[in-house]
Amino acid sequence: MATWKKLSLLLSIIPLLLLLAYGFKTNPREVPSPLVGRQAPAFALSMFDGSSNSLEALRGKVVVLNFWASWCFPACYEEAPHLEAAWQTYRDRGVMVIGVDIQDRDTEAKAFIERLKLSFPNGPDPQGKISIDYGIYGVPETFFIRKDGTIHYKHVGALDAKMLKAKIEEML
Amino acid sequence: MQYVNNRKQSLVVCLLLTIVLGAWPSDLLAGSIEEQTHLLAAELRCPVCQNLSVADSPSEMAIQMREVIFEKLKNGESPEQVRGYFVSRYGEWILLAPTRHGFNWLAWLLPFVAILGGAGIIVLRIRRAIRRGHGPNGDASRPLDPRYATRLETELKESER
Repeated sequence: MATWKKLSLLLSIIPLLLLLAYGFKTNPREVPSPLVGRQAPAFALSMFDGSSNSLEALRGKVVVLNFWASWCFPACYEEAPHLEAAWQTYRDRGVMVIGVDIQDRDTEAKAFIERLKLSFPNGPDPQGKISIDYGIYGVPETFFIRKDGTIHYKHVGALDAKMLKAKIEEML
Repeated sequence: MQYVNNRKQSLVVCLLLTIVLGAWPSDLLAGSIEEQTHLLAAELRCPVCQNLSVADSPSEMAIQMREVIFEKLKNGESPEQVRGYFVSRYGEWILLAPTRHGFNWLAWLLPFVAILGGAGIIVLRIRRAIRRGHGPNGDASRPLDPRYATRLETELKESER
């Protein structure tokens, strides 16, 4: 084969190899949320303790909206104490931490709350309407919502204390 | 030659029609809300079992999504609006087939380009090989191996006896 033909064949393959290399480096589980920067979808939640909450009622507060499930081990179990600590630290500074329990049974969810001694409000989403409205594809996922109701940041996976503090402080 | 050109043109038209008709809204052909729900669900990726459609996935999330689709259609929303809703929540990733605009056209056209390109290369190589075989005295640039020439002469003489 002539040299120029070999060269042109090689050059035509290189872009394809580069594209494949780029693709293999990306994590298919990290799907960027189209909701970041936009108004958070409205929700109304009946809590396990009998109270109720809605996003509309929380306007003017920073909201940490955490989606979890009792079967989500170990991630949900790891982050729950950090969420509780953040709630205790920031509740008097206009921050609301709310847990949404999805695809779960009430008895197991309540057992989870009791076991981890969570005092921030938690409620079930039995038909999945809130989780689908927020584009949830797994647990845990957490939305950080600004006082004006726009979504500041979405975190996929277990939160740690450092990340929680950083994201809340950015919104205060 | 004209017959070959007509065939080529027909092939290109068929390929283009496949792409265009593939974009034809399948919901126009659907009947009941249940059928429309199934068709729409088949276009969406299950967020949990990501290699399955919402229609095929047994996950609880897929079941809930099917219910949401059904409710929205029942409330009078069009299939396009329902699709748009899921895209607004999950991004275009939620659609099993990429949309036909911008950079996404690459995903639709590249396979056909690759097939046509490959077929073109094969045809050219075959034609070249045929031309070499039909040329005067075959390929004159490569003389016959003297061992074969001698053996050929010997066998021809023996057959003539």
